[in-house]
Amino acid sequence: MAHAPVAARPRVGVVKFASCDGCQLTLLDLEDELLSVVEHFDIVDFPEATSARSAGPYDVLFVEGSVSEPAHLERIVELRRKTRLLVTIGACATAGGIQALRNWADHDAFRAGVYSNPEWIASLARSTPIAEHVTVDAELRGCPIDPGQLVELLTALTTGRRPQLPDEAVCMECKRRGVVCVMVSKGIPCLGQVTQTGCGAICPRFGRGCYGCFGPREQANTAGLTSHFQVAGDRPREEIGRLFAGFTAYSEPFRSMVTELGGVRAGHGTTTTTAPAPRGGKA
Amino acid sequence: MSRATTSDKVVDERVYEVHELTRVEGEGSLRLRVKDGEVIEARLGIFETPRYFEQLVVGRTPDEVIDMVARICGICPVAYQMSAVHGFEDLFGVRIDPQSRALRRLLYCGEWIESHALHIYLLHAPDFLGYESGIAMAADHRPLVEQALKMKKAGNHLIKILGGRPIHPVSVRVGGWSRAPRVSELKEHRAALEDGLAFALETVKVVAGFTMPAFAREPRVVSLRHPAEYPFSDGRIVSSDGVDLRPSAWRDAFEEFQVEGSNALHARSLDGKGVYLLGPAARVVLAGEQLHPLAKEALAASGYAELIRTNIYASIVARAVELVHAFAEAIDIIDAYQVPAEPLVAWHSRPGVAAWATEAPRGLLFHRYEVDESGRIRAAQIVPPTSQNQAAIEADLVVAAKQILDLPHAEATRRLEQMIRSYDPCISCATHFLDLRIEEA
Repeated sequence: MAHAPVAARPRVGVVKFASCDGCQLTLLDLEDELLSVVEHFDIVDFPEATSARSAGPYDVLFVEGSVSEPAHLERIVELRRKTRLLVTIGACATAGGIQALRNWADHDAFRAGVYSNPEWIASLARSTPIAEHVTVDAELRGCPIDPGQLVELLTALTTGRRPQLPDEAVCMECKRRGVVCVMVSKGIPCLGQVTQTGCGAICPRFGRGCYGCFGPREQANTAGLTSHFQVAGDRPREEIGRLFAGFTAYSEPFRSMVTELGGVRAGHGTTTTTAPAPRGGKA
Repeated sequence: MSRATTSDKVVDERVYEVHELTRVEGEGSLRLRVKDGEVIEARLGIFETPRYFEQLVVGRTPDEVIDMVARICGICPVAYQMSAVHGFEDLFGVRIDPQSRALRRLLYCGEWIESHALHIYLLHAPDFLGYESGIAMAADHRPLVEQALKMKKAGNHLIKILGGRPIHPVSVRVGGWSRAPRVSELKEHRAALEDGLAFALETVKVVAGFTMPAFAREPRVVSLRHPAEYPFSDGRIVSSDGVDLRPSAWRDAFEEFQVEGSNALHARSLDGKGVYLLGPAARVVLAGEQLHPLAKEALAASGYAELIRTNIYASIVARAVELVHAFAEAIDIIDAYQVPAEPLVAWHSRPGVAAWATEAPRGLLFHRYEVDESGRIRAAQIVPPTSQNQAAIEADLVVAAKQILDLPHAEATRRLEQMIRSYDPCISCATHFLDLRIEEA
């Protein structure tokens, strides 16, 4: 991130790749701040919100969604060229998204076996995060991103300071908020100790285990947690694999756990316990 | 627009094209070709990339499916959770606590409010008032946009109380809720909903005052209808011409098919009558009797009760009337709320077909899951409202074509975009449904 304001009133673009639009919608969901945000930022391209268009250049570009079809490969490189600060928003852009579960399936056979007219559909074998293709300057995680983190990032951009985004585990958030541990008290499997916080520990607060939508935190001990699930919960490997096979499954070390344990059913209708290795280069 | 002289006559061919529609959810395009006054091509292209949800859920459990399908759409995740959870509960014979049922309706109220307020003011009103966006509109109409954002916030906050966050809430489970709110949490939000209701009533007057382009086509309309309540998740699937089905039986009357140039499947009715319209106008026409008295009154006073049947541009009025309904019902539910005795009832999986339709903000959303002996999904079909509305949109483009030929080209194109926005198309939703023909070998 820059250490000086990126521009007096930065030119901002908001674009999408493969996604549900929920992360860019979070910008419009800043109901209390939206009208002042647009005073500080010149939103020059945001097709979901305005008919005014700009092909760039951008001081700041918010990128939602994963790289998922052939045209995306060139488009992201082209956008990067026109952008000073590229910020990825959400699990699709930062981790490949839920659609990256297809990365464990044989996409070619899958399409040929499925469509009456597969040639009408363009899609890549793998859904991949933006950072696999271009340099990313900052990221907001989550499925969807957290509005508070978005405001923090926007504020940091206007002042040129580094955004304060936590990198600790969801577990810490639970302890701080006094949330009773769902794993200890109810035996519910929870990814809280291997997942980065930012959500406010929503799932444990709502009586559920964390499902990892903010992605793995640094040095997450997924193997240790897996052993615990196996020993303490007597859970089958594939069931544990499915815990990791969620919205950030393609981020390491979640990715290795899914490959090792299974949990994603391939295109042929069988559960794979030995997933094919991601096909590097072929995308 | 081009004029070319052929051997014996002048050919007048005009092409109206928008390569990337704006102020809609997702990525779509519009193309209309008119030759000598006759429409030769009318197409809503959908180029949003497919994400294969119906395949992704294979092998997963019902509760995992509820989390996953929410991600089809950031604007209407609740609708996806609702169609899925009701389908599973129907198959498994789960009877949820009556207060849990009321909370489900409350959750849907929240989604309708945030979605309708977003669409009316930030996406659609700029067409009627001549702005490029809701944000640009705020320069001249700041109080209006501020009030719109407050309404949207009230809806989003309702979802947050019930599900932890406005987008992709986490608490809907087969059998009820992973957590039910305390009475006080909901009561604290009541004042914001009262304010929202007052402004929703004002909104009906505001949009009824917009200049509506002339338009006349009376479409077949389809929605859920319930004898005692405005339709969210219960009732019968009915149409203006006699369809009457359980919410699980959508496939008895309708089917999907693939069309070249669209990453979304289209839908049609099996009786050969083809296109039909879903959404707020369809619901108000078919289920208007069950609107909250305040909403019914607002509709009558708007003068649009009849016109919404034939003028698609007037769907903005139907949407505003539903905004009134959603606020009014939310307040009623909160006033009667007691914490459910059993927020999450126990249930057991059984193999079979879990199918259900509920009313997403944009119209009827049908889900169908085949559940195997081990309680996992074997196959899935998801039919969102926008893919069902595609054919109606294209039919309306043909009608609209005749009314725009005298307008300057740029204005004509804008008018067509405005018409497409009248459907509030949700293109991310429509796109993920290409693999429903997956059958196990």
